[in-house]
Amino acid sequence: MSAIIAIIRRDLLLAMRRKSEVLTALFFFIIVVSLFPLGIGPETALLRKIAPGILWVAALLATMLGLSRLFAPDHADGTLEQMVLSPTPLGLLITGKIVAHWLTTGLPLVLLAPVLGIQFDLDTGALGILVIALLLGTPLLSLIGAIGAALTLGVRGGGVLLSLLVLPLYVPTLIFGAGAMEAHIAGLGAGGHLSLLAALLALAVFFAPWATTAALRIALE
Amino acid sequence: MLTATGLSCIRGERRLFAGLDLAVGPGEWLHVQGENGAGKTSLLRILASLSPPAEGEIRWCGEPVKALAEDYHRALLFLGHHGAVKEDLTPFENLTLAAQLDGTVLQEESALQALARFGLRGREDLAVRFLSAGQKRRVLLARLAVRKATLWILDEPFTALDVKAVDMLSGLIAEHVASGGMAILTSHQSMPLPNGKVLKI
Amino acid sequence: MNNSHKIIHWFKYASPQSFYPLAGKLIPWFWALAAVFAGIGLWITFFAAPTDAQQGEGYRIIFIHVPAAWMSMFIYMVMAAWAGLGLALNTRLSGMMAQALAPTGAIMAFLSLWTGALWGKPMWGAWWVWDARLTSALILFFLYIGFIALQAAIDDPRRADKAGAILALVGVVNVPIIYFSVKWWNTLHQGASVSLMKAPTMAATMLWGMLIMSLAFWMYSIAVALTRVRAIILEREAHTEWVKELAEVKGVTP
Repeated sequence: MSAIIAIIRRDLLLAMRRKSEVLTALFFFIIVVSLFPLGIGPETALLRKIAPGILWVAALLATMLGLSRLFAPDHADGTLEQMVLSPTPLGLLITGKIVAHWLTTGLPLVLLAPVLGIQFDLDTGALGILVIALLLGTPLLSLIGAIGAALTLGVRGGGVLLSLLVLPLYVPTLIFGAGAMEAHIAGLGAGGHLSLLAALLALAVFFAPWATTAALRIALE
Repeated sequence: MLTATGLSCIRGERRLFAGLDLAVGPGEWLHVQGENGAGKTSLLRILASLSPPAEGEIRWCGEPVKALAEDYHRALLFLGHHGAVKEDLTPFENLTLAAQLDGTVLQEESALQALARFGLRGREDLAVRFLSAGQKRRVLLARLAVRKATLWILDEPFTALDVKAVDMLSGLIAEHVASGGMAILTSHQSMPLPNGKVLKI
Repeated sequence: MNNSHKIIHWFKYASPQSFYPLAGKLIPWFWALAAVFAGIGLWITFFAAPTDAQQGEGYRIIFIHVPAAWMSMFIYMVMAAWAGLGLALNTRLSGMMAQALAPTGAIMAFLSLWTGALWGKPMWGAWWVWDARLTSALILFFLYIGFIALQAAIDDPRRADKAGAILALVGVVNVPIIYFSVKWWNTLHQGASVSLMKAPTMAATMLWGMLIMSLAFWMYSIAVALTRVRAIILEREAHTEWVKELAEVKGVTP
């Protein structure tokens, strides 16, 4: 357990030393979301309708942005080898890294999203659903993304390939995440969507570190 | 005791070596020699269980390393081409975090002592990025000094070291071997150490 | 050590060297079967099947569309099964089979999208509708493309096989989730919910036609995959003695 905490602390420390990377993804999220009303027009009813989709697609893309950097620096400086050779099982260390990735990219999105939601004239209830859905959905994005990042580690054109592999797998997250808000706005209640998101998260917590670990071992052979 | 039997390695479509046997016991060290591209690094990575051999088996204390997994890792210290030193962290942070990854706790006192031993006193709190190439390698050597491992596998440990640091490292390896440890290393230099076996590939 | 003998015997055809000639012998048979089934299937398609009361002649494209859609899903399963086998048993042939199946699967997915569009135009008045099946087929197509792109990007064939295998397994876990989520999304939005298989009282001839066309697609897919796997074996084993001894290789390289 102490090794996981150590790796989370280390990654957070590294993120603190290189704040620009974290902030870039965050500002990307803000800018993309703010561009849509400029492209579509300021009509409030329309904006309220498309807000869930825009916020979620932007969150997806912002997560993608930092994903290729999830394992690449550790791979380049040999830390990944040391992690494979650590007495702590690699799967646990990888879980630690994914947690750190979520803390530095997912959590800021969750905190920022309601502020951006106001731009789209969403009411308090919808904003609450948005935060809960993102809280369940963004760890899912980090978990699934980690598999793609591990598979494309050190591969030619890895960045573009990564989005090709990962974005189709993000479809269910997008549907249930954005769907939760839409269902709430339509007065249907978001419970079903949120439970499904939670179920997917449970499945990913179980599966994704395993697949990521296997992919990393292959990349290091 | 590390034994390997019938190891062979294929990279791409080329067979680097085949039918390789070796054994290293307590108080012994092995110098792997060979031309560039002969497969020295590949052999060391196979011995460290980072990559599987195409054929053959590696045993640690009689057990296959594949089955031992984490128990083997606990006894092993591997130093590859890249030193696993984080540029953005200070030497002190690098040392303590590496120890935590190894599942051990490093006292602040002994970390500072190890850094001082390798001439990094006064640079403990400077990001590694600002150190010279030789000083970066010294951070690694400090790690060798604090990590309690029985088997050292070192790939070109003398690269980018000045004369003084080369002496320090040789001393460190000699000390380790004399106290019953084992070491396997590649190096272009000849090693003035007793009990050395040589493996040419 | 007695056991290993048996295992080697059992896996005899799992080695590329013994599979290569076997595949060579099987390929003409699968082509012949594909031609026969396609002949019968197309005859049913164009002559035996009655004109649909509501949809007219245009519906006949489902004899291509439905088998293609089935195959695209089925091939992904088979691909993932080979991939899993390759990871578990570390057999070289498994990875080659997965690699050989992927392009055929991608073509089937594309074909089902394309024929879906052709069928949709007269049916729904639009080339593309965000129907649950069509959307899932599109995502399946993306999954195939991702698999092919990942394998193409990795130089070392063994690493490419293993990485592809993990991706295929992750994909196969996701396919039902994606399908379910898309369906859920579709019902929430009350979009075009016209199903391709709507006709509840499908005429027996139509069902037969579809089944026989599916068999033709099966045989075609197997024949093409075997041909491709033979090419992959030659490429990867080019440095071995047995490949150099092959009559077809000797003839090409002087």
